[in-house]
Amino acid sequence: MDVRELYQELILDHGRRPRNFRFPDGANQSAEGKNPLCGDHVIVKAVLHDGVVEDVGFQGSGCAICTAAASTMTEVVKGKSRGEVDAIFHTFHDVVTGKVPPDPEELGKLAAFAGLSEFPMRVKCATLAWHTLEAALDHKPEAVTTE
Amino acid sequence: MTATARAAEPRPRFDVARVRRDFPALSQDVHEHPLVYLDSAATALKPQAVIDAVVRSMSRDSANVSRGVHTLSQRATLAFEAAREKVAGFLNAREAAEVVFVRGTTEALNLVANVLGGTRLGTDDEVLITELEHHSNLVPWQMACERTGARLVVAPVTEAGEVTVDAVADKLSKRTKIVAIAHVSNTLGTVLPVKQIAKLAHERGAVVVVDGAQAAPHLSVDVQDLDVDFYAVSGHKVYGPTGIGVLYGKRELFAELPPWQGGGSMIHSVSFEKTTYKGLPERFEAGTPDISGAIGFGAAIDYLAGFDRDGLVAHEHDLLTYGMHALEAVPGLRLIGRAPGKIGVISFVVEGIHPHDLGTLVDAKGVAIRTGHHCTQPLMQRYSVPATARASLGMYNTREDIDRLVDALLAAKELFR
Repeated sequence: MDVRELYQELILDHGRRPRNFRFPDGANQSAEGKNPLCGDHVIVKAVLHDGVVEDVGFQGSGCAICTAAASTMTEVVKGKSRGEVDAIFHTFHDVVTGKVPPDPEELGKLAAFAGLSEFPMRVKCATLAWHTLEAALDHKPEAVTTE
Repeated sequence: MTATARAAEPRPRFDVARVRRDFPALSQDVHEHPLVYLDSAATALKPQAVIDAVVRSMSRDSANVSRGVHTLSQRATLAFEAAREKVAGFLNAREAAEVVFVRGTTEALNLVANVLGGTRLGTDDEVLITELEHHSNLVPWQMACERTGARLVVAPVTEAGEVTVDAVADKLSKRTKIVAIAHVSNTLGTVLPVKQIAKLAHERGAVVVVDGAQAAPHLSVDVQDLDVDFYAVSGHKVYGPTGIGVLYGKRELFAELPPWQGGGSMIHSVSFEKTTYKGLPERFEAGTPDISGAIGFGAAIDYLAGFDRDGLVAHEHDLLTYGMHALEAVPGLRLIGRAPGKIGVISFVVEGIHPHDLGTLVDAKGVAIRTGHHCTQPLMQRYSVPATARASLGMYNTREDIDRLVDALLAAKELFR
């Protein structure tokens, strides 16, 4: 096993310099995600209009996997409908848990996370931001955890 | 050979190569590298002697204890009670009956927090703990306080990770009924001045409870010399099986406490009108215990007794000193906890790499360390870190293990550059 299959350059880059690492102006959706066991913590805020995620950003602190997953998520879901967000997350989840092989055409840069299927203990890091986004879009007030 | 010549011979060295052969888990590769196990503070590996004792108990003397007259039951009972004697000797308890078998340190502390809390605590009384306590010596007391209206008071740690006698003295009051402290910090390795704290606490009339989980593998524990009232340990931290531990309690205090769990073994007589309870130790051992676990725990104590204790302590001290220096030399690495005389564990953070990434990256090189908050969340807040990486030592570790960790950390830094 080569750990570089997990820590691909794209993940290291987004871990170091997360994109959309800010709260968007006019955000009307918000949720908090916390994994107390490892200390990962994200707050996701989004602007949702007519069922479309017009803008989204996050803040928090966590490991490279958690931060990179949150960062790439904000890039990928921008401009997508609620249903499209669900579908992307569903596929992403299946790929990181090793249920289906990654299809780069469908997943784009999210395919970089496919190496996680060899690291089941770290899947929770990659899915925290996604679950938090879903909670934000669903107006769920309680903090999300994937532990 | 003359007496003088014999005396001049060096003490038999602690032979770590021989020790390593006793631990079958060490002879495996992880991710195509020979395993380096630096997580003994989470659980220690088991020597073959312990594994054999558990197997023998299950395959030959497989019967319940204290319940039957048949031969297997007698054998099991004798072996179980022999294990209790061994643990009593290990802790230097005055008698084996002061040693109650439980699932581990956590259950021991919950037991004492429940029964002691229930009898000693009232509104506005205080339970004094320290800032470095493991959650298992924090949450049970918090729960006891919630039930009784008592208050939890916390003695601080210094930046170096020490808990001074003065810091504890400052927090002791007339209302302090229980002082519950770790003997050794699982996150920092700090050795607390338990004997002095116990003396102070007793002068104020408080009962002293000690979490000894991390001390027992590294120190010679003497509950009489420390003069503590309760002392909790886990078998699996001292090279024994998981699922077994003990609560030691001074007879005069322990025997007065009401039972905790009810059921078989702990009763003297039962009727629908009234049940009377047994004395120590059965009073606190309801139900069938972890018989093979206790026997394995006893075997671990026998195994440890086969070594020159000073040689073992010197070996671990050398490793800790070597490890602290070697890790400190890694650029961007910060040690968390540098109390003088610390033992067993080295916690650290590396600039720019989250502890969980570090854990995965060094595991890929076959090096097992712990990452996270180590069940000490308030302590993480004290040092303003979300988590740390922790390398913890066992008797089988070597300087080469430390070198492998350092190499793995340097490789991780290279990847995260």
